[in-house]
Amino acid sequence: MPVILLTDALIFLLIAVAIGFGVYAARHEHLRGPWRSVGRSPVGIAALVVIAFYVAIGLLDSLHFHPRLDAPTPAEPVQQEAAPENGAPDPGPRYSTQVLSVLDLWLTPLRERDEKTFSAPFATHLFVKEAIEQPDGSTVRDYPRLTHGGAHLKNPANRTADIVLRTLLGLVKGLMAWTLILAALTWWLARRRGETFNDCARAIWSGRTQVPWRVGLITLALMTVLGFVAAELAVKYHILGTDKVGEDVFYQSLKSIRTGLVIGTLTTLVMLPAAIILGIMAGYFRGLTDDIIQYLYTTLSSIPGVLLIAAAILMLQVYMTNNAESFESLVERADLRLLFLCLILGITSWTGLCRLLRGESLKLRESDYVQAASALGVRHSTVIARHILPNVLHIVMITVVLDFSGLVLAEAVLSYVNIGVDPTMNSWGNMINSARLELAREPIVWWSLAAAFVFMFTLVLAANLFADVVRDAFDPRLRSLR
Amino acid sequence: MTEDLLLRVENLTTDLVTRVEGGERALRVCDGVGFEIRRGETLALLGESGCGKSMTALSLMRLLPLSGRIVSGSVRLDGTDLLALPEREMRRVRGGRMGMIFQEPQTSLNPVLTVGQQIAEAVKIHEGRAKASTPARVVELLRAVGIPDPARRAGEYPHQLSGGMKQRVMIAMALAGDPQLLIADEPTTALDVTIQAQVLRLLKGLQRETGMAVLLITHDLGVVAETADRLAVMYAGQIVEQANCDDFFAGPAHPYSRKLMESVPTAEKRAGELAVIPGRVPPLDRSFGGCRFAERCFREMEHCATTVPGWFRAGPEHRVRCLLWADGQPSFEPATAQAASPANTQTAGEALVHVDALQVHFPIQRGLFKRTVGHVKAVDGVDLVLRAGQTLALVGESGCGKTTVGKGILQLERPTGGSVRYDGADLARIGAGRMRRYRKDLQIIFQDPFASMNPRMLVGDIVGEGLQALGIERGRGARRRRVAELLDQVGIGEQAMERYPHEFSGGQRQRICIARALAVSPKVIVCDEPTSALDVSVQAQILNLLKQLQRDLGISYLFITHDISVVSYLAHEVAVMYLGRIVERGTTTEVLEDPRHPYTKALLSAVPVIDTEQRRSIIRLDGDMPSPAQPPAGCHFHPRCPEALPECAKAYPEQTRLSDTRTVRCIRVS
Repeated sequence: MPVILLTDALIFLLIAVAIGFGVYAARHEHLRGPWRSVGRSPVGIAALVVIAFYVAIGLLDSLHFHPRLDAPTPAEPVQQEAAPENGAPDPGPRYSTQVLSVLDLWLTPLRERDEKTFSAPFATHLFVKEAIEQPDGSTVRDYPRLTHGGAHLKNPANRTADIVLRTLLGLVKGLMAWTLILAALTWWLARRRGETFNDCARAIWSGRTQVPWRVGLITLALMTVLGFVAAELAVKYHILGTDKVGEDVFYQSLKSIRTGLVIGTLTTLVMLPAAIILGIMAGYFRGLTDDIIQYLYTTLSSIPGVLLIAAAILMLQVYMTNNAESFESLVERADLRLLFLCLILGITSWTGLCRLLRGESLKLRESDYVQAASALGVRHSTVIARHILPNVLHIVMITVVLDFSGLVLAEAVLSYVNIGVDPTMNSWGNMINSARLELAREPIVWWSLAAAFVFMFTLVLAANLFADVVRDAFDPRLRSLR
Repeated sequence: MTEDLLLRVENLTTDLVTRVEGGERALRVCDGVGFEIRRGETLALLGESGCGKSMTALSLMRLLPLSGRIVSGSVRLDGTDLLALPEREMRRVRGGRMGMIFQEPQTSLNPVLTVGQQIAEAVKIHEGRAKASTPARVVELLRAVGIPDPARRAGEYPHQLSGGMKQRVMIAMALAGDPQLLIADEPTTALDVTIQAQVLRLLKGLQRETGMAVLLITHDLGVVAETADRLAVMYAGQIVEQANCDDFFAGPAHPYSRKLMESVPTAEKRAGELAVIPGRVPPLDRSFGGCRFAERCFREMEHCATTVPGWFRAGPEHRVRCLLWADGQPSFEPATAQAASPANTQTAGEALVHVDALQVHFPIQRGLFKRTVGHVKAVDGVDLVLRAGQTLALVGESGCGKTTVGKGILQLERPTGGSVRYDGADLARIGAGRMRRYRKDLQIIFQDPFASMNPRMLVGDIVGEGLQALGIERGRGARRRRVAELLDQVGIGEQAMERYPHEFSGGQRQRICIARALAVSPKVIVCDEPTSALDVSVQAQILNLLKQLQRDLGISYLFITHDISVVSYLAHEVAVMYLGRIVERGTTTEVLEDPRHPYTKALLSAVPVIDTEQRRSIIRLDGDMPSPAQPPAGCHFHPRCPEALPECAKAYPEQTRLSDTRTVRCIRVS
């Protein structure tokens, strides 16, 4: 039975907005031009491929449902999802109160194979000594074998050979998948350009295409191979180890992607309407409107953001404890808290964009074409929609992409001080927070922190590179330099 | 003659390389440019924008932008081949033996350093003198460029100086190295006529004292006639004519130069249309098989398009690149005004708009609570009458409030006092809702054709905006038909509808702006310097169009301008404005032939004219216009007035009526 969480709904709304904007941009040369030059930048394409992987995982993780209870194996509920729609004549299947996502389903092996406690990446034994009962009845204190990680190995000493073998297998599978994509893309391009398949392949490979397909394909190869190797290994090992309660860290990292993306994108979605409307109004109408809006945002931005967030989150927590019955599951509670965090982050972060837009509108309202429009008796609302908004859109776009990475990082920091997302929700911030105490251990437990770091770093780096390319494409001052 | 030769440029060819998809595209901005400058001489490089004048100057200084490269040629300054010098040596030449001043003094000075520091920098680099003597030299230079109280001014920052003052500082910096050659790139284009006269006179004087040569780059024929000894006309990257100034103005040899001269508006050409050059300067990214001007030329011959013209002699010191001169002297018909219409009927039309005691004051607010501490009196009591089918020119220097008058009439700036009566209503008092009814009748055209159209909108939508907003044509189909009609009327063609403004040249854009204003069939159009951003030949096209529209549609214009030649060509009546008030009013002939107010006299005398016989002695105006926030007591003009009396400081003079059409505000006129 499908479940639509609040954030899911907003994500779908965001996708709809993005598609709508894409259609709008495609029909307006002043927007299509810069985006085209983004598409022609090698760095932009490479970053886009990486981001696409993250987004795909995040989207898979946003399709939620209640699994059927009597399902024999959790591998099948996908087909059963449609079942409840046709009003069941029979008593109907019973559904668990648990909420799972399509990604969970896909990662079931990772999700369900918990160990007892810490284990290092690729380990076959637990990280801590335990009393093990020998077949002869005596007990020894030693590192026990893991229940899942490397359990298929008869002799743990063969581990290296097994890993190499599986890596190679993953490599081959990954390359095969990549070749399929490559062939499909080349075929499609060749058809569009009216060339033969071979000519087109040669053009791509020598980098003669306008869109740097070669760079994109190399990045894609890297990501696919990495993905397949990880998939191949993760079935048998905990490739990034396990945490204190024995949960797979790789699984946690993948689940955290959605949290990071939601914070990065929904926050901007929340703040955009306020920033755009208030900013343009302040700049365009000036006078009293301007004064009120200016006082509003100067006041807001002088309250420490962390304080405001802490207060809001604590208030929400109190509310949720008092009204515990209105939440069906833990997931829903965590989701509400995530949404609330987005809201409060949005409220504290719209001032910057608002200020920028106010300045730009102040300049634009004095421009000759706005004066000409008012001489022609065009109404204020039309002037704003037709003359001001399209001319500040590039600022909005630059801010959105630049803010994204900052917000992803902000989540990590907030979770670290315990006012971030719900502790039950997977997020890089929570991973770092829980790994913090283990850093003092000897030998050190480094993998949770490292995993969160690598995943976050890759996303933020790609987003930053992409933002740079977008800014260069849209900044009118840089445009003349090229 | 060779010993007094200072600079010899031969066959200078410069490319600007731009990267485009799939390779590079070279613009040949200078193609085989060659000229000579003698010591102490002024050579003017004349041409319209985009002809490669500035690029020639930058090539001489080797200051081309990154994408520019000098392909071939030689530049010999007093025997040194500048193009062969290593960069180290070249740095000593720049600002040392060769100085340069630019068009925009505002952006050429560093705003965070004092003027003195900036000049001292130039002095230190180029003079091997002791450090201690630098301040004295700075003051000496400032005095040389005629800045009063130089010791104090040296300690001031650029924003404390006026535009003319800044240009003087730039000249002082260029003089620091005692240059043999001064390159002046449109030095007065950004300045008012009275200030322009000051700067040009200063350059002349300095030249006489120091014996330096000047390469003056300009598009203004009047400036050339007043200051240059010789001139070279540039067209599409080539020099097409070189001559002595006297020979040139007696009879330009190249058809392009001829048309350029004829397109300058003057009072004599009032009756007819101005000469125009059809088309535009060809793009420079292709090679030319024949004469570059052939396709726009009114004397084009068959072989013009296929034969590259060489140099022909048109006089002892007059050379021209035109095949007409291949077999001796061609005859040009004298430039007569094509009398298309009978001379303007001087019958005064009925009064359409009455402006009475119009005031637009901007409050100056300070402090936390935005307390009003004073007012900028941009417009301070202006009376005007606009008559149907006639043109009233509002003349004045920048900052005198003439644009604000235009906006005040249209209610784009709300007047703080006075009335604007139109069609029985006082526009200054009615609300925005009722004003919409009158928007249809009152329209405006702006100065900068690049800024006055939304770059994100299609031309068709821009022109149709008023039709839509005022509900004149509600249907989309009908609106498009009307827009197509309008675009045809202004000579753009309806295929422009689906294009964006940046695809058009300045003149074409101004036509589109005119179409936008015409769309709602207005009775009055406020033209706010509509031609001052355009080249002379394009200006002529726009003026012709405006005149024709007035004849056909009976529109009245309030023509705001600082260009007296345009006024004499187009206007029926003139009002001269100084510091928010009108000082003199009358018909064009009255005011321009016989100015009575001292300010009008000074303004008219400062306008550079081509015809040497018409030249008046320039009345020297000291200083700059005071700030409209603190106008001087009494007559606003008295601190600068050469004829001021002690009584002038006491009260603002009453209006003196000289005839039915003529009023002056000066106590010396009675």
